Amino acid sequence: MRHTISVLLQNKPGVLSRITGLFSGRGFNIESLSVAQTLEPGLSCLTLMTSGDSQIVEQITKQLHKLIDVIKVTDITETDYVEREMALIRVKAESTTRAEVLRITDIFRGRVVDVGAKSYAIEVTGSCGKVQACVDLLRPIGIQEIVRTGTIAMTRSTK
Amino acid sequence: MKITGAQALLKCLEEQKVDTVFGFPGGAVIDLYDEILQSDKLTHVLVRHEQAAVHAADAYARVIGDVGVALVTSGPGATNTVTGIASAYLDSIPIVVFTGQVPTGLIGNDAFQEVDIVGITRPCTKHNYLVKDVKDLVPTIREAFYLARTGRPGPVLIDLPKDVMAAMVNFPAPKPVKMRTYQPTYKPHPGQIEKACKKILQAKRPVLYIGGGVIASKAHEEVTELARKLDIPVTMTLMGLGGFPGTDPLAMGMLGMHGTYYSNMAVARCDLLIGVGARFDDRVTGRIDAFAPHAEIIHIDIDPTSISKNVEVDIPIVADCKHALAAMNTWFDRSDLFNEEDEKEKRQPWLEQIDEWKAEHPLSYAKDTNKIKPQFVVEKLHELTGGDAIITTEVGQNQMWAAQFYHFNHPRAFMTSGGLGVMGYGFPAAIGAQMAARDRTVIDIAGDGSIQMNIQELATAKQYNCPVKIAILNNNYLGMVRQWQELFYDKRYSATTLDVAPDFVLLAEAYGAVGLRATKPDEVEPVIKEALATDNVVIMDFVIDREEGVYPMVPAGKATTEMLLV
Ligand SMILES: Cc1ncc(C[n+]2csc(CCOP(=O)(O)OP(=O)(O)O)c2C)c(N)n1
Ligand SMILES: [Mg+2]
Repeated sequence: MRHTISVLLQNKPGVLSRITGLFSGRGFNIESLSVAQTLEPGLSCLTLMTSGDSQIVEQITKQLHKLIDVIKVTDITETDYVEREMALIRVKAESTTRAEVLRITDIFRGRVVDVGAKSYAIEVTGSCGKVQACVDLLRPIGIQEIVRTGTIAMTRSTK
Repeated sequence: MKITGAQALLKCLEEQKVDTVFGFPGGAVIDLYDEILQSDKLTHVLVRHEQAAVHAADAYARVIGDVGVALVTSGPGATNTVTGIASAYLDSIPIVVFTGQVPTGLIGNDAFQEVDIVGITRPCTKHNYLVKDVKDLVPTIREAFYLARTGRPGPVLIDLPKDVMAAMVNFPAPKPVKMRTYQPTYKPHPGQIEKACKKILQAKRPVLYIGGGVIASKAHEEVTELARKLDIPVTMTLMGLGGFPGTDPLAMGMLGMHGTYYSNMAVARCDLLIGVGARFDDRVTGRIDAFAPHAEIIHIDIDPTSISKNVEVDIPIVADCKHALAAMNTWFDRSDLFNEEDEKEKRQPWLEQIDEWKAEHPLSYAKDTNKIKPQFVVEKLHELTGGDAIITTEVGQNQMWAAQFYHFNHPRAFMTSGGLGVMGYGFPAAIGAQMAARDRTVIDIAGDGSIQMNIQELATAKQYNCPVKIAILNNNYLGMVRQWQELFYDKRYSATTLDVAPDFVLLAEAYGAVGLRATKPDEVEPVIKEALATDNVVIMDFVIDREEGVYPMVPAGKATTEMLLV
């Protein structure tokens, strides 16, 4: 099963390679990973998606926590949370397909961010599944290039 | 007043109560060595290969129960330490390794003798550092020692660029290390302790399974009290030997691949397994689904990642072994549910069953009057040292025979590369142990193959008057690998015959040490006696029965009850 794990860590040199090294060394999967600074100087938040049975995911969270630079590890999969991913997609946009591209972009509340003679670059954000659905719809039209961020996630506030 | 980085480092060592450093110099650490020359507080032991410095620091740490220190130069000096660091990591031994590094301005330029040792050792250290600014030097060293010795101990590496050693800095006043990101759990959860104790009272066939964590946390007294209070038989991992007196009637010796018949049977039949500071390693469990199949499992460990990693645990207790065992002992002392006599009476059938197994298949070997049996040598070493020596081992059959036949009664008397299994560990470890315990007898039980992996340390032993004794169980084979080839590869002895071997007696003499040889069983005792009476480094070359094997043996991947017996 897919898990979303949020890691609060100290922004020390080499900390990312400690994390990726842990995954490669122990044969764990990383499906996506994104990291950026938090409000507190010197701390970063890393969101990673991984998959495995409960025993493996338990090991992953424990092993992450064991890293000296890591402050907090939360498997937020079972909690109520929002996740977002962004993709930039360059798709063929010729006279016959332009309207279709714009229509799909619209359905996913995306935006055209660059217009070329024969292509549009569009931006979509959403859950990983939503972004994937958009990609799947655009693919038959002809995707020329695609860049995706990793997923970021945040637990919802308790009301 | 400002001092140089090198001077600050030496002050830190003094602050950490380090009196001995094992090392080897080079360009990147030349400033540091210049300071060491002027220090009257620090003994520097010049090894002959950096790997040996780390093994020696490892054994030194084990003997004193605190941090061992190694110091090497950049590049090849640093890469030579990797095996030693990995061994200390897998055995959870507290060491701090200082490596020289090229000046900060050259880092990343493929400079002469530059390697990214922090990158290389990331997966085999508890933590590591590159100190880029001299202002960070002292806090980093303090943190490194703190990390090495607290929680689950382990090796920490500090990479020191040459310019940082020369830069000037104010020495900050000592203050206790506090880390937001690192707070090991020492105290057990009282609810878990109560649950565990009640579970123990319900058990009919409990087994204590203790590992290196008992020794690391200095919990041998607590574990002994618990075992004797409730008459619980005790089995030990290789790393746990000495954690409980090996000659105690409740002791069952080692378990696992070369464990005793009765240990493995007891684990297979027990209804409660109490793991203490052990990690359910594959050499212990054999086929995992057949390991302790009827047992509920209590597991005490300071490292949460060890719990439920290989084997599902029923009652996890994250804590320092010493604290957890003490809490359990107190619980029993105070509880109305516990009555020592009733408990011991209840245990009788189980202990009788174990005695039956002991009688059925004791640890034994086929005696011989013409050929020296390696087990006989180890038994004689035990007898003639009164079981009181510090024993180190190499790796292979020699290591297993030492573990099986030298019945360790005390902790911190057995040093072996358990997790990594490094051939070449034992001799430098013996030097490290001897530096820490000048008045003890230190013996490296060695194989003829392994001893050649760090034989150059004869010079170190001589130079620092470490009268260590090396007992080579010489089978002229890479014996353990040969044994596998005999059993599982139809005796196809590929690359395990040591066709060219040195004359170890002459070799000892070349270094100014003493060489003795025994080729017949009745020569064993005189040779050992002479060695023990010699105030010099001695190599005892025991020419043993070549094809002797280590038994019992659980073939890899089999259930631990599927033992090949003598
Ligand atoms: C550095 C290293 N290389 C290879 C091995 C694999 N290995 C394990 S035991 C062994 C044979 C050791 O031979 P020897 O030291 O003569 O000991 P014996 O088994 O004969 O007692 C080998 C090659 C190892 N453990 N360590
Ligand atoms: Mg051999």
